[in-house]
Amino acid sequence: MAGKPLLEVRNLRVEFPTRRGVLTAVDDISLHIDPGEVLGVVGESGAGKSMTGAAIIGLLEPPGRIAGGEILLEGRRIDNLPYEQMRRIRGREIGAIFQDPLTSLNPLYSVGEQLIETIQTHTDMSHAQALNRAVELLGEVGIPAPERRVEHYPHQFSGGMRQRVVIALALCVNPKLIIADEPTTALDVSIQAQIIALLKRLCREHGTAVMLVTHDMGVIAETADRVAVMYAGRIAEVGPVRQVIQNPKHPYTVGLMGSIPSIGQGDGRLTQIEGAMPRLTAIPRGCAFNPRCTMTLEHCFTDRPELVSVEQTKVACWHHEKELADA
Amino acid sequence: MPDAPGAAAAEGRDTVMQVKGLARYFDVSPPLLNRLIEGQPRQILKAVDGIYFEIAKGETFSLVGESGCGKSTVARLIVGLYRPSAGSIEFEGRDIAGLSRAEMAPLRRRLQMIFQDPYASLNPRWRVRDIIAEPLRAFGLETSAAGIERRVGELLSFVKLAPADGAKYPHEFSGGQRQRISIARALASQPDFLVCDEPTSALDVSVQAQILNLMKDLQREFGLTYLFISHNLAVVSHVSDRVGVMYLGRLVEVAPAKTLFSAPRHPYTRMLLDTIPDLSMSGRDRTPVAGEVPNPITPPPGCTFHPRCPFATERCRTEIPLPITTPGGSIVTCHGVEEGRVTEGPVVPGAEATEGIQT
Repeated sequence: MAGKPLLEVRNLRVEFPTRRGVLTAVDDISLHIDPGEVLGVVGESGAGKSMTGAAIIGLLEPPGRIAGGEILLEGRRIDNLPYEQMRRIRGREIGAIFQDPLTSLNPLYSVGEQLIETIQTHTDMSHAQALNRAVELLGEVGIPAPERRVEHYPHQFSGGMRQRVVIALALCVNPKLIIADEPTTALDVSIQAQIIALLKRLCREHGTAVMLVTHDMGVIAETADRVAVMYAGRIAEVGPVRQVIQNPKHPYTVGLMGSIPSIGQGDGRLTQIEGAMPRLTAIPRGCAFNPRCTMTLEHCFTDRPELVSVEQTKVACWHHEKELADA
Repeated sequence: MPDAPGAAAAEGRDTVMQVKGLARYFDVSPPLLNRLIEGQPRQILKAVDGIYFEIAKGETFSLVGESGCGKSTVARLIVGLYRPSAGSIEFEGRDIAGLSRAEMAPLRRRLQMIFQDPYASLNPRWRVRDIIAEPLRAFGLETSAAGIERRVGELLSFVKLAPADGAKYPHEFSGGQRQRISIARALASQPDFLVCDEPTSALDVSVQAQILNLMKDLQREFGLTYLFISHNLAVVSHVSDRVGVMYLGRLVEVAPAKTLFSAPRHPYTRMLLDTIPDLSMSGRDRTPVAGEVPNPITPPPGCTFHPRCPFATERCRTEIPLPITTPGGSIVTCHGVEEGRVTEGPVVPGAEATEGIQT
């Protein structure tokens, strides 16, 4: 891949100190996002996908903390910046979209006031200029009659419209990267499709890179260029989205893809992965997936697999490492 | 309004549930004083507004639709948690809509419900064995302590949990395991008919697959009939024999699952199917449904879908459509299909994927 990555995460560890010991929510993960690229991060509840996103924008809720590794934005470390400096990066260089649009907006201020505040925090526009920009943004995210809607309060918008406002907020100073954490999960399917189409178009037009965190493989298939599959705080598999979906390599990804019902598939049984994701207090030794895996080797119970390249994807699985060694 | 002819008659299976003109209105008016002083009118929310369907013995009938379309209200009406404002619900030929509590009691044993949220539907202060034994005690199915213990163990093993799990509390289980407990409790009274209201929407996909497989196995083993409520079209396509699509309190299309998903007729069904993310990555164009669901307190006149429908005409804006049966066996409520205006195939031929904004 040509050029420098926009964002680089190296060996990131996120920990939660608790009374019963330290829990590792994100365990030594590395990934990168190129300019203008959409990286999907997919996994089930507790896989650590949202924690990874929160660590990148510096919004980990205490007592959560980054315990190791580094995060680089255009080659500059951002994981150890003081609060004020990080605050300036958030919004100007990295935007964020969260799952629930109602909690991302302040109910006591009109949508326009919130947009203007964000614009003026990050640029030296006058109030009138910022207002113009706010109206322009609302129009851009597809809100009808933006010059009137700019005066409305969040409760006067429907769920889909609120998420559009949140997208406008994230885009208002043209960030290079947007972290979108389950942006469509709270929405109905028909609205979800609208929001995905909007996000895709805006990012293409503005050249914005997106880290799209979701549990929904369908959203990833529609939107992402590459996808990282997370399991128990680690990356199980990462690669081009088509590769990962049509030809998954990790036994977990294989099971996950098989367990998604699809239309016209008929009455067959769904592939079943027995058991559930381990709790953070009880992550097994070796490969975290070993209790649910049907093709375990001796190594799987003792040593943690590293990501190895198989075709265009990278897989953390002893099975593939063995195949590579055998070949 | 004509009775909707169902697939049950065609297949020669017995109809267990027949719903005719079922409606449920909620009064959401402002308080009396506000109405008097501010002159505000009464407001009636028509959550379910006259629907017809029937369910054959041993089949899975699904209701699908977006939030606020009334699908959960139908579920609650059928198990008797709400009283209908109009219409009838016939269970094995007997109208259960107007029954008193006492008259309903013996039927409760046979009609059970599985709820969406396995965290809210189990009493956190009860042990699992007491949760599952409650229906046994309530209906007097087992009276001896030994009998109850044996039956609870059996029920737990039906849902692939260990009999020893009965001694634990709900918080010791994951979401998927809790949903298994809910299913065991529903099965305790040996019901024939299960109403499942979004049973897997709170679960992760790999756990969802376990629960859907389990429900299928149990249906085969005990000859259960399911009314399955979901917003997830892929899940519905996977589990259902027949499907009803709801929009703003009305059924817009009822068809066998295979027909509905391969040859949908109603414009809303077709647009809804277009919104499903494409895992096969065929690169087809998507046509998201334009606009949003209108406020159900003030639904549009005529066909409630007309503001979002690309085929809408003057008739659609004024006259409420009646259900008609198509040659393909679907029951469709659409003037356009009736007049042959709505062609098969893509809704908007060659349309670019839009973000679906209508001003």
